[in-house]
Amino acid sequence: MSTDTGTNSSPPAGSGGLVMGKDGMSALVDVLIARGFTVVGPTVRDGAIVLAELRSADELPYGWGVELEAGHYRLRERPDGAAFANAAGPQSWKRFLHPPRVRQWSADRVEGELVLTAGEAPPPRYAFLGVRPCDLRAIAVQDRVLTGGAYRDGGYAERRSGALLIVVECTEPGATCFCVSMGTGPAAGPGYDLAMTEVADEAGHRFWVRGGSPEGAEILAELPARPADPGTRETARAGVTAAADRMGRTMPEADLRELMAGTLDAPRWDDVAGRCLTCGNCTMVCPTCFCTTTEDTTDLTGDHAERWRLWDSCFDLDFSLLHGGPVRATTRSRYRQWMTHKLGTWYDQFGSSGCVGCGRCIVWCPVGIDITEEAAALDDWTRSGKPAPAPREGSGPP
Amino acid sequence: MSTDPRPGDRRPTLAVWKFASCDGCQLSLLDCEDALLGLTERLRVDHFLEMTPTEGAGGERAGPGGRGPYDLSLVEGSISTAEDAERISHVRHVSRYLVTIGACATAGGIQALRNFAHVDEFLTAVYARPEYIDTLETSTPISAHVPVDFELRGCPIDRGQLLEVVTAFLAGRRPRIPAHSVCFECKRRGTTCITVAHGTPCLGPVTHAGCGALCPAYGRGCYGCFGPSERPNLRSMVDQLRHDGMSERDVLRVFHTFNAASPEYASVPDLAAEERHSPGARTETRPERSA
Repeated sequence: MSTDTGTNSSPPAGSGGLVMGKDGMSALVDVLIARGFTVVGPTVRDGAIVLAELRSADELPYGWGVELEAGHYRLRERPDGAAFANAAGPQSWKRFLHPPRVRQWSADRVEGELVLTAGEAPPPRYAFLGVRPCDLRAIAVQDRVLTGGAYRDGGYAERRSGALLIVVECTEPGATCFCVSMGTGPAAGPGYDLAMTEVADEAGHRFWVRGGSPEGAEILAELPARPADPGTRETARAGVTAAADRMGRTMPEADLRELMAGTLDAPRWDDVAGRCLTCGNCTMVCPTCFCTTTEDTTDLTGDHAERWRLWDSCFDLDFSLLHGGPVRATTRSRYRQWMTHKLGTWYDQFGSSGCVGCGRCIVWCPVGIDITEEAAALDDWTRSGKPAPAPREGSGPP
Repeated sequence: MSTDPRPGDRRPTLAVWKFASCDGCQLSLLDCEDALLGLTERLRVDHFLEMTPTEGAGGERAGPGGRGPYDLSLVEGSISTAEDAERISHVRHVSRYLVTIGACATAGGIQALRNFAHVDEFLTAVYARPEYIDTLETSTPISAHVPVDFELRGCPIDRGQLLEVVTAFLAGRRPRIPAHSVCFECKRRGTTCITVAHGTPCLGPVTHAGCGALCPAYGRGCYGCFGPSERPNLRSMVDQLRHDGMSERDVLRVFHTFNAASPEYASVPDLAAEERHSPGARTETRPERSA
């Protein structure tokens, strides 16, 4: 379970991997459960492909694809029966590794003495089945943020260190995907325990599987699989290569970090502020956004208190509330904070981009604000010599 | 009963008041069930007509204005008569800490629809003997009449939030009642966005959190019973509702409910009437790129 944030790489040469059918996928889920894992993977629920605990591979979204656009998501049936020919859904693995609500501790007054209790029971050992390459990178980004610095999140580290990552490479990008622009897919980068590529054609529905860690290899050895034939390998590789050419979105070619730093006064921020609802959806669906708030609760007796950590968002006014009021009171300042951090200052803080190109913020924005379109508009403004005088902070629309 | 005074009783006193309202919010207090006993351990209920007809320590019959003083007053309902306008002033005088509960008390309630019409027309159309009706032209929130220490939103309020407000009062801390959107609650509980995935119109992005995102969890669009979130972008929201198939009339109606008189909603009629040729809020096609 490496926490590298390396570049894309093809499977190691020489390790030809194995090929298994749908029976192999069923066996994989059974083996993982038998080994004590809580298996989490994609499944159809409420008109979307969500991430949930799986009891069997039958719950995978076989035969379901998705139609994605800005502010738009619809399930679509697929005649080929593929389970993983769909791009990132409404949730990401952060829901499990960095959960929306965590009790950090509780305290009781017992006969005048204060008794503190640790917050959560030990986490389950997760096996994440169907991690897309962009999301594999997102996990690496959160690893760096939450465990790579001076202030280590012990709870995250515990959940993460036990997690088994089974990547499925991307062969069917959505109209909102731009992993190629961000260098995170559609081929699997390093850090996985098992990597698969799904092939569903006239030669059958099968998965080309490679081990990426000793534990992954051990699990692979228990599955009904055969050495990969060159035809399957080639078809699988071609599918991933073709996916790279079918990205629905692209980021401008510019150095995004410089672009963000150089456009802080662009009039485009007022334009996007006119559309932004500040509802916080983009940050909640983003697989790398990590901000939280702390809530202390007391009960009626006054003898019991709890500290909870909840997902927060830089779009909430209270997020920047200091004495005297919020620092980022305008929508313009809040959207700008989010985007410039994601694409720019994240490098200064954590040494990489905060964006992995999964496209969730585009899809799940109720009004369809598109980070690639906003970046392109800023780039256009820069290229055209920054014509319009910049309004001062606070003078724009709400 | 534990509301009765005890020797050396040092519990803070509680009063619950009703103005123009349906009683649903104060019933949320009685609905606290198990927590209710704990509550009465910590607070002495001195005035609460839904619970007891008597007032305070002496067991005398309670009057509509009470005697006080009270440490904590929970006020339900809006001000819709001249008599109530005087009574809330009295309640404020006898209350150390005054919290308004529910859409009527915080925004004027459904009865504030009168603010957009003529009361005389209602009187003659609805009542056989309108001369018996004595009412103001408007229904207004409590905060329009007296200073309010805290406003708890909802139609009805959420009883967990009510307990939080009371508990915070007892602990001398600020209540933990966020003013952000319902979307935060949807995402935290893992509900798939019904606007994006189903095209269902939903007021969640501009609605004050507090309900736990109840309606979207059951596939129904939020209809704003907690009123506006902090600084809502109604222009963009109305654009989106029109995009999701709502007519101008639908938009007017969805905002003209329990919180109709919220000042934040004042721009809705104009926004709903605007032509929507180039709303700028949508990008249906892939954006054009310069090389």
